[in-house]
Amino acid sequence: MSDNGTFEPVIVGFLCNWCSYRAADLAGTSRMGYPATLRDIRIMCTGRLDPTFVLRALQKGADAVLIMGCHPGQCHYQEGNYKAIRRFVLLRRTLRQMGIDDARVQLHWASAAEGVRFAQTVARVTEEIKALGPLDWPHNWPNEDPYALQEANS
Amino acid sequence: MSEKPKLALYWASSCGGCEIAVLGLHEKILNVAEAFDIVFWPCVMDFKYADVEAMDDDSIDVCLFNGAIRNDENARLAHLLRRKSKVMVAFGSCASGGSMPGLANFTDRDAMFDWIYHKSPTTDNPDGIVPMKHTDVPEGDLELPGFWHTVKTLAQVVPVDYFLPGCPPEASSIEMAVNAILTGQLPPPGSVIGPDVTVCDECPREKHEKKIKRFYRPYEIIPDPDTCLLEQGLFCAGIATRSGCGARCPQVGMGCRGCYGPNEGVVDHGAKILTGIASVLDAQTPEEVDAILDTLPDPAGYFYRFHLPDSLLRRRARANGEKIVAPASEAAGEPA
Repeated sequence: MSDNGTFEPVIVGFLCNWCSYRAADLAGTSRMGYPATLRDIRIMCTGRLDPTFVLRALQKGADAVLIMGCHPGQCHYQEGNYKAIRRFVLLRRTLRQMGIDDARVQLHWASAAEGVRFAQTVARVTEEIKALGPLDWPHNWPNEDPYALQEANS
Repeated sequence: MSEKPKLALYWASSCGGCEIAVLGLHEKILNVAEAFDIVFWPCVMDFKYADVEAMDDDSIDVCLFNGAIRNDENARLAHLLRRKSKVMVAFGSCASGGSMPGLANFTDRDAMFDWIYHKSPTTDNPDGIVPMKHTDVPEGDLELPGFWHTVKTLAQVVPVDYFLPGCPPEASSIEMAVNAILTGQLPPPGSVIGPDVTVCDECPREKHEKKIKRFYRPYEIIPDPDTCLLEQGLFCAGIATRSGCGARCPQVGMGCRGCYGPNEGVVDHGAKILTGIASVLDAQTPEEVDAILDTLPDPAGYFYRFHLPDSLLRRRARANGEKIVAPASEAAGEPA
């Protein structure tokens, strides 16, 4: 939440070193405006993205995760982004079963030359998450152990 | 009184299979009885909770605790036995990772009670009776243990010294643990007692390059007896599951279910199985991937079959924004 009480999503971004992180750089050096909701983490390739990273981000309280890499066919490592596609689609199906909306974990492409596309993607995802509201995973359920509560109070 | 170390065994939310696994040591159970003074084992001998409460703190040398924690009674005994025991062992997959009871974390108490006591086709409950935490009868107030929305592992409730996974733990695993305890040759506290290789390492099936176009359910094909099951399209969690079982399931044509849980250093068991499964899909586009995955119903159930409460997300959320309410606000008459 921002100071004035409106919901500002926290989006964790996993950007590949060779395309999307450079697109983010280009957006910055070109002074393009986009919402300050993305916390970007540089990874060498979307093929390096362990689903554990995504789950950890959500578990720690992120409202969404945005994974961005090179366009299919343009991976610096030939096929890392194809590995990412397979993993992402399976992860999305898994997260649906956990009650997590598809919009909260997204995979998009932006080449090193596509600063505009990068900025627009962040803006669009931010709007989608604002419409969904906070995920707030750490507070989704209470501690139901009466004995733990007793010990904490004694 | 004997000088033998004192042993306690308890079952919380479990099926009883772990108890049978202990008895499955066969004649070696006599060694256990010879080596230990069994002070608490409700499954096979008569004890009362008051007997345990009367013991001195730390007076039990080893407690083998099986079962997940899903109600007030499970939690009460977990806290009580932790206080009375020097060494607490999470015995079996339910205590370690939540296991079958932990699958309840895909839903919640209200939905479960609605199905079990009202909607399931085999339910005959014309008066709509559901278990209550408190029930007033002429003799007074009857109380049932409060039933939780969220199943927990033992380690999420009390500190655990050692983990012995398996559904149930193999006799060889139990023997290894008992011997380690008797000889004092225990790994550092917090460790899983067992090997740190995966089921694939112990599986004798031949492994080649894996690329599959669809999955099969076990009833749909008769697998080749010598080739890796995953290569044949049968779901197998052996790629990311700790061994210790001797790859018993894959050897008889059934893919590994994942009961021994994550291997050393893995945070989220399901995420690692997911990664392994995704890597064998012979597809390039999201549409092709989806088409293959249409033959794999319930992926989350496969990936988190034994370790949902122990996973990073721990449970399913309700619809966006809707929280599961705290039971502390429960008044008398609320469901147990």
